[in-house]
Amino acid sequence: MDYFLTEEQIMIRDLARKIAQEKILPVRAELDEREEFPWPIIQCLAEADLFGVYLPEEYGGCGGGCFELCLAVEELSRVCGGVAVSYAASALGAFPILLFGNAQQKERYLPEIAQGKKLAAFALTEANAGSDAGGIQTTARLEGDEYVLNGTKQWITNGGEAHIYTVIAMTDRSKGSRGASAFIVEKGTPGFSFGKKEKKMGIRSSATRELVFTDCRIPKENLLAKEGMGFMVAMKTLDNSRPGIGAQAVGIAQGALDEALDYARERVQFGKPISSFQAIQHMMADMATQIEAARALTYAAARYIDSGAKDVSKVSAMAKVFASDVAMNVTTQAVQILGGYGYMREYPVEKMMRDAKITQIYEGTNQIQRNVIALSLIKERAQKR
Amino acid sequence: MKIIVCIKQVPETGNVKIDPQTHTLIRSGVPSIINPLDTYAIEEALRWKEKLGASTLVLSMGPPQAEEALREAVSMGIDQALLLTDRRFAGADTYATAYTLSLAIRKLAPYDLIFCGKQAIDGDTAQVGPALAEHLGIPHIAYVKKIEDIDLQKATVRAHRLMEDGYEILDSRLPALLTVVKEINEPRFPSLKGKMRAKKLEIPIWGADDLGGEVANFGLSGSPTQVKGIFAPPARGKGEILTGEAPLIAQTLIERLKAQKII
Repeated sequence: MDYFLTEEQIMIRDLARKIAQEKILPVRAELDEREEFPWPIIQCLAEADLFGVYLPEEYGGCGGGCFELCLAVEELSRVCGGVAVSYAASALGAFPILLFGNAQQKERYLPEIAQGKKLAAFALTEANAGSDAGGIQTTARLEGDEYVLNGTKQWITNGGEAHIYTVIAMTDRSKGSRGASAFIVEKGTPGFSFGKKEKKMGIRSSATRELVFTDCRIPKENLLAKEGMGFMVAMKTLDNSRPGIGAQAVGIAQGALDEALDYARERVQFGKPISSFQAIQHMMADMATQIEAARALTYAAARYIDSGAKDVSKVSAMAKVFASDVAMNVTTQAVQILGGYGYMREYPVEKMMRDAKITQIYEGTNQIQRNVIALSLIKERAQKR
Repeated sequence: MKIIVCIKQVPETGNVKIDPQTHTLIRSGVPSIINPLDTYAIEEALRWKEKLGASTLVLSMGPPQAEEALREAVSMGIDQALLLTDRRFAGADTYATAYTLSLAIRKLAPYDLIFCGKQAIDGDTAQVGPALAEHLGIPHIAYVKKIEDIDLQKATVRAHRLMEDGYEILDSRLPALLTVVKEINEPRFPSLKGKMRAKKLEIPIWGADDLGGEVANFGLSGSPTQVKGIFAPPARGKGEILTGEAPLIAQTLIERLKAQKII
């Protein structure tokens, strides 16, 4: 399919593909096995300017948007979902600053993020606050010119490796989700430490850690937007980032189909390559069709966001939910096509299946996405009446 | 400091096929790339540019499409590019190529360093670099695996030259020409901003008339080497790996070598 990419978009896609093929492919299995954060690859992506594809030129970016980010994420994910999420999570951490930061905050943090000199991370989830973000227990108390943070964030992608964290904490617990605020916290701030590194099912080269705040004092200027806007900052951030999860899912699924196709053409049973059997052919046809539909929806959502539209929650959730369900289905089918080989770690598809699962869970479970979609539908209908 | 990098566009020879009738390379469908060893020359120029500050220029003689290779070098970070293309340059051997490049470089003077890859993967001669230095009347160091120091005050360079059984440390005055081997560095990927700049960059094209010099010395007419024929060497048979206990393997090996009258 031709998605009528501009010359610059083709450059982004091709460059990400080249780095994925030459730098990530040879080490992905080892990174997964050793649960090792891919710093040399991050370095390489930074030198290639890929960390700035979605950031404005005035902050050292390339002037693209959500769609450009999706193109890069898809290509990296096609080879390794774990490396791709380490890249994409920096954008997730940068979006609150890009969308809600004031001029000083943008000038201070975005150029280093665009150059890939520093990674960013986004911290919303806690042990008792996942789908229900209203349950956040981390607090931020204003004392003079400083906010004092206390609490623990859980499962933070790029935790420990990133330098710049956007953290959601309660400034007024009595107001529920309206009492949440967003802050920028830098690594190295006294009172800010990291808890245990999680051992995960998939995306194992990515870092997932606890952030621990113990009377952590940050300057008042690090508040993003205004007090009480934290929940809104988080929701708008996720609206912008979800097509990125869609792109990750599309990439993982495409990578799995590539492997399944190669295998099916080579594997001989009953005297013929298994690709000549209709049972396999129909599986592959369905996989390819689903992937293309997921890609089209993801690209459309990203382009809609980049158009400056305001009502993006629904399409953004649709792209995420559809593409991630496709990724889970397609990777499962790829393992099936490879049969016993597919189940072995020597072949890459079992990793793809493990990597795919998280796309149905993080940045809002697919159940929560369906809630978002349904609520939008009902609201839209009610407004028309 | 001014650094000139000479590159060649070559067919990607990972899987090159030779036409059995004409004995020439089948070029259709084979993508063109920068000669891999030249990418190390580009990288080394960029590293010294970053270290000492330098203006960098990439130069190539070839057909008009060699411009793509020049743009790729620019996307890696080289500042300027120049293409030498003219029908009269066609069919040049290493001597005529070096002569043509030398005329262009004389016009680009002053310069401090010229980097070339050790050799091209298509011709494999490793002659153009040194021959170019001779045409220019400057010193050269071939097979450089490390540049220890460039002293712009004293106008000297100290380089490690790879030998079969070790390496030599050589000092040279500047300007000098260095051909590099792949041990010297790891070439970077192009950057997005570099690619965008490369897309827009005006690349001047010089022909025979721009260079001056003797037209008879260009291209085929200026080439002392004449190709008599090209053929594909027979494919090497697969090796055999002996397995089993070491003493038994050794015995089998000796018997086999004796049978073939090798020992």
